[in-house]
Amino acid sequence: MEAAIREVLAAHGRLPVDAHTLGEEDDLAEAGLTSHALVNVMLALEEEFDLEFPESVLREKSTFQSIGSIADVIRDLTASQAAS
Amino acid sequence: MRVMELPTCRTGVDLVEVSSVATSIERFGDRYLHRVFTEQELASSGSGADKRLASLAGRFAAKEATMKVLQVPGPGLDWRSIEVVRHSSGACTLRLTGAAGELARQAGLSGFSVSITHEAGLAVAVVMAVAAGPAPQPDDVADCHCTRTGET
Repeated sequence: MEAAIREVLAAHGRLPVDAHTLGEEDDLAEAGLTSHALVNVMLALEEEFDLEFPESVLREKSTFQSIGSIADVIRDLTASQAAS
Repeated sequence: MRVMELPTCRTGVDLVEVSSVATSIERFGDRYLHRVFTEQELASSGSGADKRLASLAGRFAAKEATMKVLQVPGPGLDWRSIEVVRHSSGACTLRLTGAAGELARQAGLSGFSVSITHEAGLAVAVVMAVAAGPAPQPDDVADCHCTRTGET
């Protein structure tokens, strides 16, 4: 999953650094992820993982903080979808 | 002696590359447009392609600037809960609904005002609001809101 998230960041994050070189806990805002690029990353992740980020998740500071935090949120959302 | 608690202002600013909006529309189409903008915003964003892109970029910048005023901790709210309304005079105002409206009420914020401009492929928006209550003291200041997007 982390690899897929990196590919999305590389394709849509418009980062000044190579997304493949980012650590899982590296802060994506510090790495240059802008507010508008985050929208594209979100939409691409929703396509990739066939889910939709609810607003409650978007309001959490940690959601898109790092590759690791994104993976955690997606796992939780995917598990919730499977359970419902 | 009674101390007067004067209202304070909160300010937010955001900068968006117009080309990034074009890229989003090209890649994600209506999913992007309808996730970020209201029907009213899409209808009022101008007719020419370049003008429309610049207008949408300005509206997005206004939404992000408003989120900074609201001190939203995470990536954002439903972007459509912050709506830019353009008037016949050319001036814009903000309409906050849903989660954005609730945050504004909880924070005692009112008198939202916005100013948007775009040139040379960039759109900038500044938003201000009045907060009831005393200004925060230096020890009360938490994270700088400029770290929302990593932009300075």
